[in-house]
Amino acid sequence: MRILIAHDTIYRYANPPASVVQVLRLTPRNHDGQYVGAWRIEISADCRLDAHEDSFGNLTHAFSVDGPVEELTIHVEGDVDTEDTHGVIRGTIERFPPALFLRETALTVPGPDIADFAAALKGDGSTLDLLHNLLTRLYGEMTFDADPTHAATTAAEAFAIRRGVCQDFAHIFIAAARSLGIPARYVSGYFFRSDGVNDQNAGHAWVEAHVPDLGWVAFDPANGISATPAHLRVAVGLDYLGAAPIRGTRYGGGAESLCVRVRLQQAQQQIQN
Amino acid sequence: MQFGGAALNMLSRTADNLYWLARYVERAEYLARILEATQRLTALPLAYVGESNEWESAVATAGCAGAFYAVFSEANEENVTDFLAFSSDNPSSIRSCFEAARTNARAVRTALTMEMWDAINGTWLELRRYGNGPTSREELSRFLRWVQESSLRFDGCAYRTMLRNDAYWFTRLGVYLERADNTARILDVKYHMLLPAQEHVGGPLDYFQWAAILRSVSALTSYHWVYRESLRPWHVADLLILKEEMPRSLASCYENIVTNLDRIATAYGRQGPAQRLARGIRTRLQNSRMDDIFQRGLHEFIQSFIADNNRIGATITQQYLT
Amino acid sequence: MAVAFDEMKGEDGSVRPAYRELSAWLGEIRPDVLDYRRREAELLFRRIGITFAVYGEADSQERLIPFDVIPRILSAAEWALLSRGLEQRVKAINAYIRDIYGKRESLRAGIVPEDLVYQNPVFRPEMNGQKVPHDIYVAIAGIDIVRVDDQTFYVLEDNARTPSGVSYMLENREIMLRLFPELFSRHRIAPVDNYPDELLATLQSIAPNSAAVEPSVVLLTPGVYNSAYYEHSFLADKLGIELVEGRDLFIKGEEVFMRTTQGPKRVDVIYRRLDDDFLDPLAFRPDSALGVPGLMSAYQAGNVTLANAVGTGVADDKAVYSYMPEIVKFFLGEEPILKNVPTWRCREEQHLAYVLDNIEKLVVKEVHGSGGYGMLIGPAADKAAIAVFKAKLKSAPANFIAQPTLALSTCPTCVDSGIAPRHVDLRPFVLTGRDRVRIVPGGLTRVAMKAGSLVVNSSQGGGTKDTWVLDG
Repeated sequence: MRILIAHDTIYRYANPPASVVQVLRLTPRNHDGQYVGAWRIEISADCRLDAHEDSFGNLTHAFSVDGPVEELTIHVEGDVDTEDTHGVIRGTIERFPPALFLRETALTVPGPDIADFAAALKGDGSTLDLLHNLLTRLYGEMTFDADPTHAATTAAEAFAIRRGVCQDFAHIFIAAARSLGIPARYVSGYFFRSDGVNDQNAGHAWVEAHVPDLGWVAFDPANGISATPAHLRVAVGLDYLGAAPIRGTRYGGGAESLCVRVRLQQAQQQIQN
Repeated sequence: MQFGGAALNMLSRTADNLYWLARYVERAEYLARILEATQRLTALPLAYVGESNEWESAVATAGCAGAFYAVFSEANEENVTDFLAFSSDNPSSIRSCFEAARTNARAVRTALTMEMWDAINGTWLELRRYGNGPTSREELSRFLRWVQESSLRFDGCAYRTMLRNDAYWFTRLGVYLERADNTARILDVKYHMLLPAQEHVGGPLDYFQWAAILRSVSALTSYHWVYRESLRPWHVADLLILKEEMPRSLASCYENIVTNLDRIATAYGRQGPAQRLARGIRTRLQNSRMDDIFQRGLHEFIQSFIADNNRIGATITQQYLT
Repeated sequence: MAVAFDEMKGEDGSVRPAYRELSAWLGEIRPDVLDYRRREAELLFRRIGITFAVYGEADSQERLIPFDVIPRILSAAEWALLSRGLEQRVKAINAYIRDIYGKRESLRAGIVPEDLVYQNPVFRPEMNGQKVPHDIYVAIAGIDIVRVDDQTFYVLEDNARTPSGVSYMLENREIMLRLFPELFSRHRIAPVDNYPDELLATLQSIAPNSAAVEPSVVLLTPGVYNSAYYEHSFLADKLGIELVEGRDLFIKGEEVFMRTTQGPKRVDVIYRRLDDDFLDPLAFRPDSALGVPGLMSAYQAGNVTLANAVGTGVADDKAVYSYMPEIVKFFLGEEPILKNVPTWRCREEQHLAYVLDNIEKLVVKEVHGSGGYGMLIGPAADKAAIAVFKAKLKSAPANFIAQPTLALSTCPTCVDSGIAPRHVDLRPFVLTGRDRVRIVPGGLTRVAMKAGSLVVNSSQGGGTKDTWVLDG
């Protein structure tokens, strides 16, 4: 499947700040199920984009813009070929052994609720069965709702109200998996929807969990499915903060408003090979 | 530049702290003078001062009418004294000024001399002993004197112990900008007392008002030395606006602002908008005569000066302090 | 618990050689004179403004740490042993951190269990594979040493993040020189006042290669409300470097600049006294207002040195502590010169069982606690407190270690009732530069002012003493 992506993030400032500093994780890398064709990032202001690789192997771009900045647009555009690998993610860049991804973070502290929820799922089956069980139960338990949660909502907070967005679903899944001793990590990326709603106002987030003998397997708890060729993987981290598409700050200035537009299209033709 | 390295590099925040430290101490002293002058004026029999509410104008002269009337509906001795001297809710009360001064001082302790730190830290410690304020008029008077002496002591320490470098010049800028603002605000509130037309009304009523104005900038004695005649409103205006030999006049403040900005520019080998703006204001003051000012409107003159003074504050901040 | 070793009177009650002069002097000086000087010392401290904030106390923002005027004395031979041991230990710590964020040979060899690193909150994944200038992670270390008898010094704790207290070492000496010149004339005492020069030389030596010939060094403080702010401003002043807060710095083109009255000036080395968590809101805690947004990008680009490096907590964590002797052997191939206090790791089943059975005799410490918080002193605790701690131990054993209650050595100390022995420890400061290791002879001696108390932390009412190393 060949997916074309156009992703705009537009900041508008009430009082223009003196400068803006950001770190982007907006560039996908290749793995066995994903090949990146063309990809570029454009910033609407004059600045130097410094490219790096972070400690998890994600590609990052850092920049600072001198103000006054009234509006700032980060435009990302590219095309990616994906293949069905049945959710198993191979050929990725791995900088850590899976055990690192048992690490608790502030956003993924399970708390007694999630730990109990997870413990009740344990059965005689394999790790993979357990993860599928977690996926199904979590999907059934939670309601997708963009209102009550925000970027700093923790897994435990979202689970308490049984509501949230893909980020919250992912955090809860991760917290539960880790509390069961299964390494799990956060994935940020894009999801091409089969229902045709492909003008979206946010990227997507899902998880990968480590299964003995199989390796990393991707689950999309917000959609209750394993990852498919429609999932375009951009960055991984211990939680949202580690994989966030954009982390930034500004000096001075007043309130900012944020507008995100993501447009995904399926290309008519596959790349010939 | 490569000489000495550290000595010529001052953090913007350090300069900002020094500048505000000096401004806050100066403001505290000015507030004490206003309160003292108002207290004195209101102690006179009504026949000498008229019906005007002097506490109201004290609040206006202190430049915090907005904040005051958000809390109180009427200005009287008790609430004005409390608000201007002791209130923690008023960010410009004497107490708040000393506290802010000490906070600024603490943040730049290594840029201060031991004597300056002692002076401001001692003032702050002493202030705590006054608790929620004096209980009697007599105690209040002593408090107000103490505030003025504390400011004098701090200023004296700075004058006598600081190296003459950018650190010193930024504190001076703070002092003179604040002082110019304060003198201008008195003039702004009391300008109608100084208009030539008032002469016809004359009488003891205005005499004590003029005296109070002079007292609040500690210029009553100076007046007699300069003019050698009894109080005349146009002389009062002339003294406070144009006389460079009068330390709290607008002209004197700008003489000092220009001098200190020039020193900074020389040391840094570069001048900018602050220097140009300050010279412009000073030139305007030097080229003005009281007659012209009255003719074009004293009030308008003061208002435009206040705007200029604010502008130069913002320019200095932008050029050096951020 | 054994009777504590007294550093003046020794094991048999006869005055030990290093203390001979002091003991004689204490016999000569009139109590009222001593008392007068003691009060004078306090006055001096108050005037200088050395204060310390104690957490959890109302109106505690600026408090004085008690200073004891009777010095603690180490002989030249004792110091020679200590300084060799300290240098060895800090070398091993640096090698270990480099390995943890690099090749991970110590993990593969099983020297330290993997989960103790990967699950440790002070481990920083962001540092993985990150090169730091000249491979020096811990440029400034404070190693806490206790003594139990004439021969034995133990390392009680390694401080490899942002150790504090060195200003007291310097100020204590200054005040002693002013108040007791006659006592100094009776000894030959190694000086400590070159510490700021040594620190500056160390910091300059580890500047990144892209730095100017004379690298620009700053001290980054969390600000005036930090408990160690006095020390930050004191050191910046002594080193002649700028004392900056996060908002004074900014990042441009992967370089760090400070805002000065003459425009931006590049910064090469940051002696930071700000915890990892707060350094960069774009890499760590997003709500930190104390840090510098983008600092980690500049750091990763190799354009700035942070001293100490990010993530050095992996070496000074209490859980890792018990593996230090193996770490020294693994990386240096040497026997450790300084011993560890025997330690039970409650994460290991047999150790836990022992600890639960013998808790009345042990000190139990929380692995991530500091400043004397979150610990149980078995012999001093009542039944209820022990029960609470046992429950904690059982529910999360990996969070705890236990050690025997040590009979910390005592030194003569001025207290209300006269001169009496009080327990002490010692924090020497070890500076590691590109060229060499520098240790100023002495350190900060902390003293438990309460009779019998073993807690010397200033946050819990401990005091300090000047520490003398006799020269020959």
